Amino acid sequence: MTELAAAAPAGAEGASLRPSTRDLSPHMSDAARARLKTRYRAEQRFRAYGIAAISFAMLSLVILLWTILSNGTTAFFQTHIRLDVPVGADRLGLQGSGPWTPTELRLASWDRTINLAMQERFPAVTSRADRNLLSRMVSPGAGEDLRNMVIADPALIGRTVQVWALAASDIDMFWKGHIRRDVPEAERRVNDRTVGWIDDLTARDEIRSQFNTRFFTSASSVRPELVGVAGSVVGTLMTLLVCMALAVPVGVLAAIYLEEYAPKNRITDIIEVNINNLAAVPSIVFGLLGLAVFLNFFGMPRSAPLVGGIVIALMSLPTVIIATRAALRAVPPSIREAALGVGASKMQVILHHVLPLAMPGIMTGTIITLAQALGETAPLLMIGMVAFVTDIPNSVTASATVLPVQIYMWAGSPERGFVEKTSAGIMVLLVLLLAMNAVAIYLRKKFERRW
Amino acid sequence: MNAKLATATVAVMALSAAFTGPAFAQARDQIRIVGSSTVFPFTTAVAENFGRSTSFRPPIVESTGTGGGMRLFCGGVGPSHPDISNASRRITKSEFDTCRNNGVTEIVELKIGFDGIVVTTKRGAPKFNLTREQVWRALARQVPVNGQWVNNPYTTWQQVDASLPNARIEVIGPPPTSGTRDSFNELMLQGGCANVAEVRAVQDAAQRLRYCTQIREDGRFIEGGENDNLIVQRVAAGDGTVLGVFGFSFLEENLDKIEAKLIDGVEPKFETISEGKYPVARDMFIYAKKAHVGVIPGIREFLAEYVSDRAMGDNGYLEQKGLVILPPAALRQQQDGIRNLVSMTSP
Repeated sequence: MTELAAAAPAGAEGASLRPSTRDLSPHMSDAARARLKTRYRAEQRFRAYGIAAISFAMLSLVILLWTILSNGTTAFFQTHIRLDVPVGADRLGLQGSGPWTPTELRLASWDRTINLAMQERFPAVTSRADRNLLSRMVSPGAGEDLRNMVIADPALIGRTVQVWALAASDIDMFWKGHIRRDVPEAERRVNDRTVGWIDDLTARDEIRSQFNTRFFTSASSVRPELVGVAGSVVGTLMTLLVCMALAVPVGVLAAIYLEEYAPKNRITDIIEVNINNLAAVPSIVFGLLGLAVFLNFFGMPRSAPLVGGIVIALMSLPTVIIATRAALRAVPPSIREAALGVGASKMQVILHHVLPLAMPGIMTGTIITLAQALGETAPLLMIGMVAFVTDIPNSVTASATVLPVQIYMWAGSPERGFVEKTSAGIMVLLVLLLAMNAVAIYLRKKFERRW
Repeated sequence: MNAKLATATVAVMALSAAFTGPAFAQARDQIRIVGSSTVFPFTTAVAENFGRSTSFRPPIVESTGTGGGMRLFCGGVGPSHPDISNASRRITKSEFDTCRNNGVTEIVELKIGFDGIVVTTKRGAPKFNLTREQVWRALARQVPVNGQWVNNPYTTWQQVDASLPNARIEVIGPPPTSGTRDSFNELMLQGGCANVAEVRAVQDAAQRLRYCTQIREDGRFIEGGENDNLIVQRVAAGDGTVLGVFGFSFLEENLDKIEAKLIDGVEPKFETISEGKYPVARDMFIYAKKAHVGVIPGIREFLAEYVSDRAMGDNGYLEQKGLVILPPAALRQQQDGIRNLVSMTSP
């Protein structure tokens, strides 16, 4: 106020000194123009900060995605070696003349059969040490593939079968260029003899990269060339299903009651504060709760998606309630009043009008919450889901692990081959996440109403 | 909407009904293993081969840390308790007593091999070798200088010992939660301070232990997180003065990027570790519950697979995974122990 009063006479004085019309205005004095200039500059700086923040975020995202993609894409391909494998009953160690039961076939010496075929491919290799080296070029997965082929078609026994045998991880890393040829032999995981054999295979076109279907059909393994995400993806889906079956009905019912029925008093205030606080509790706390209550008190099995789902449901419940309440609140009161006006009961108002209108909001909130729960590892650590499981779980009480935990475990393994598998696992997790978010966006767009 | 809500409610009630009661304490047909993260890669390798070569289901292996694993293992007898525990150290007296009090009276101990802890640099970095005492002097929080205990003043290796190069001290190592750190404390730091006169002069055992194992917190020792791969990467990407501390198997996998320092003049290699010459090496064990043999299918066969020649023998798959295997005579002894399932009498 005082500044304004002070500025007015100064402006009048300036006007009397300079007759130009342009300078008549008190806002056009030199001092004012300088002030204006600083204001514009401040404005520009402010915008620049915003752009810098966005560029920083974009750059981080690009670097992150680039690292994952450049490390991980090779994991979707796996090196294979062409082999002519004579599948003889004697080599397999099968007794009698067949037919053999699937169990007998399963436990036959498949690795030995493959190794013998390798030795026949390289007849010049005779010393025991070199033969050991040779047998290490192919993965036990090759024997498994051959076994599955023969179990599907037992008539193959006694014939020579041409297979593309899965190469061991070191060979794979070498073929993909992750192990470089130009480092001295002593420091290389693949020695010069093996490199010679690989060159021989390359020259005859007997080694190639194939799409890694195993990555999508099998569970974990200690060998990088044999790992897959199927086990952990199934575990993740089961965990999320249990979580959804619990968190959605409980969360929605709680939110409806709190929003539509509950009186405003001290008790509901306390409940509300608690819900907001619970939403911010670190997830590991819920893991400890799960350990204490579900494992130790109820005696539920360790590492089960059932327990994981319950723990994650408890964790996401507050967020579901908050999202649902926000969605219910966004339904205009006129809808409720109109329904009540034509004689609907409170329950009819909620079930026939409010809930359907709030549904897109509820679903979006729930799916985003679940997507967040998808990436959780901390609470699962406590209930034993950080485990090595080679089976794909077949029920919610079977032992299982989830995708983020699987990625974490691969990241901690010493073998070089796990580096690319870790990134590939992250890619699968990101795709799952994007899919869930896409569903959320689709639901919102499809059912959204605007007033 | 009504019908949907009703179904949802029924589903919730059914689920909550299923939760009550000990309906879950049913029999298991799958071995459960808990324990050390250091032993984890070896036990999982055996588990996978066991699953592939027998008709038993492959065991579930959890990585809980040695202490956490022992607590679960000693919780009692029955399908809700694990059958086998991995340990990167021997079972302690108190753990053994806890086991006993909870009815786990017969425990079969199996020594599976050794693990070395290595100090590494980027390959091609200036070579110099260390003694355990030099490592302790460089990393301890307090060191004796002229008979006085002072906060560690050293910033370069040359200040620690005139024979070492004038390179700054910067070591990335495991955090206190990891088993590798426990072993680093015990074997490297306690081993290094044992012969220091000023340490021996300290009467109070707890104070002596603090002097020996407390690591400086002024940024010279960086905790690299549980993931040893990250330590490898940071050492390999560094400028050559950075030293990394981690398990031997990570050295084996990355010999093209990093190299190990000799400790007390001994190079960490399979031979030196298994012969007990390399000073920073420890034994690794697994413990099995004898009461579960015959109840949970496959325990006897799993242990037999573990000690078999193709796993623990010369050039077996565990050696290929980076385990430092037992000398032949010791392996025979372990194989005999497993064949007869001899329980241990005291830790």
